Amino acid sequence: MGDVIAEVRSFLRDNFMLDDAEIRDEDSFMAGHVLDSTGFIELITFVEERFGVEVADDEMLPENFDSLRNIAGYVERKRGAAAA
Amino acid sequence: MAAPRDGRLEAAVLRIDPEAESSRIAAWMREAVRDTFRRRGLVIALSGGVDSSVCAMLAVRALGAGRVFGLMMPERDSSPESRIRAEEVARRLGIESTVEDIAPALEALGCYARRDEAIRRLVPEYGDGWRSKIAIAGGREGTFNYFKLVVRSPAGEDRELRMPLAEYLGVVAATNFKQRVRKTLEYYHADRLNYAVVGTPNRLEYDQGFFVKNGDGAADLKPIAHLYKTQVYSLARHLGVPDEICEAAPTTDTYSLQQGQDEFYFALRYDRMDLALWAFNHGLPADGAADALGISLREAEFVYADIAAKRRATRYLHAAPLMVEPVALP
Repeated sequence: MGDVIAEVRSFLRDNFMLDDAEIRDEDSFMAGHVLDSTGFIELITFVEERFGVEVADDEMLPENFDSLRNIAGYVERKRGAAAA
Repeated sequence: MAAPRDGRLEAAVLRIDPEAESSRIAAWMREAVRDTFRRRGLVIALSGGVDSSVCAMLAVRALGAGRVFGLMMPERDSSPESRIRAEEVARRLGIESTVEDIAPALEALGCYARRDEAIRRLVPEYGDGWRSKIAIAGGREGTFNYFKLVVRSPAGEDRELRMPLAEYLGVVAATNFKQRVRKTLEYYHADRLNYAVVGTPNRLEYDQGFFVKNGDGAADLKPIAHLYKTQVYSLARHLGVPDEICEAAPTTDTYSLQQGQDEFYFALRYDRMDLALWAFNHGLPADGAADALGISLREAEFVYADIAAKRRATRYLHAAPLMVEPVALP
């Protein structure tokens, strides 16, 4: 989980020119207005390509992508489902 | 109008006195052209839709038919009906107008080739005889907004794919040539005639950023940007806009497959989107709006969130060029 968080944080920092203080593990990207809809598409594309998961249309939800911790949980569940 | 006392939303909140509002806008347009801009008339692009038709009628009311110049600017993907409707408006108003076919300019700029190249990255066989459009998804269901590419093969087979960002931006950037070439021609005629240019967004479009920056978003005055689309229809009927325009569903007339405005951009059909925006603007809680909108409380909350998100996301479109510090003009 820690690796996913670190890699996504690094992506957010590089791609959106964010400071580390703006991307704490639990912070909501939506509530903090850190990402807009274009930003989420970029984020989801990164998650698909970097972690080799296919995000279905109905999985593009805040509970899966609205914070670093949510993303890490989502990637873990997807990997678990693929391994099962 | 104030929020209803019982907190429930109803269509009556959008009712206006169309005669009083038309007079108010026409007086404002006359003052803007004559006193603020010191120009001699108005250029208006006629799309064949209700917004530009109403603006043209208001312009004639403000200045007289002799000071209004209409432009029809079809291109390869325009529907033939749009031009027929626009010509009917010009004829009915008795204004001078001309048709500028913008397809050769778009061809020269690579509008179609660049768009098709972006589409072919997703659908390699896309080419002659194929048609396409972009449709919005998400927003109302609680998922993030994203866009789908819809293509129809020459055999009539439809396919729908989620668009990665680069392809979405590529198609939109190429397509935006259409609005920007049109605006270039509007200003050509405005400069030639010493006229000002009318922008035709309604409130939904203006508020939610449904326009192309330096394209249809550019204008000298925007006479109906404060009116909800429902109110624009009320003016249209009052001012005598042809029935076929008042009765047609709003489309973008930008893609080769017909595309409703709600399908491309808004979470709901325009009449319900109007009510949702009105309720949002007046601080009505989502549960007071849901019934009137015919959606669940959860969906109403998503629509509210979508309104706020689109405002934030399109702030860039509204922004004038930023400067380090203000420069006082003489």
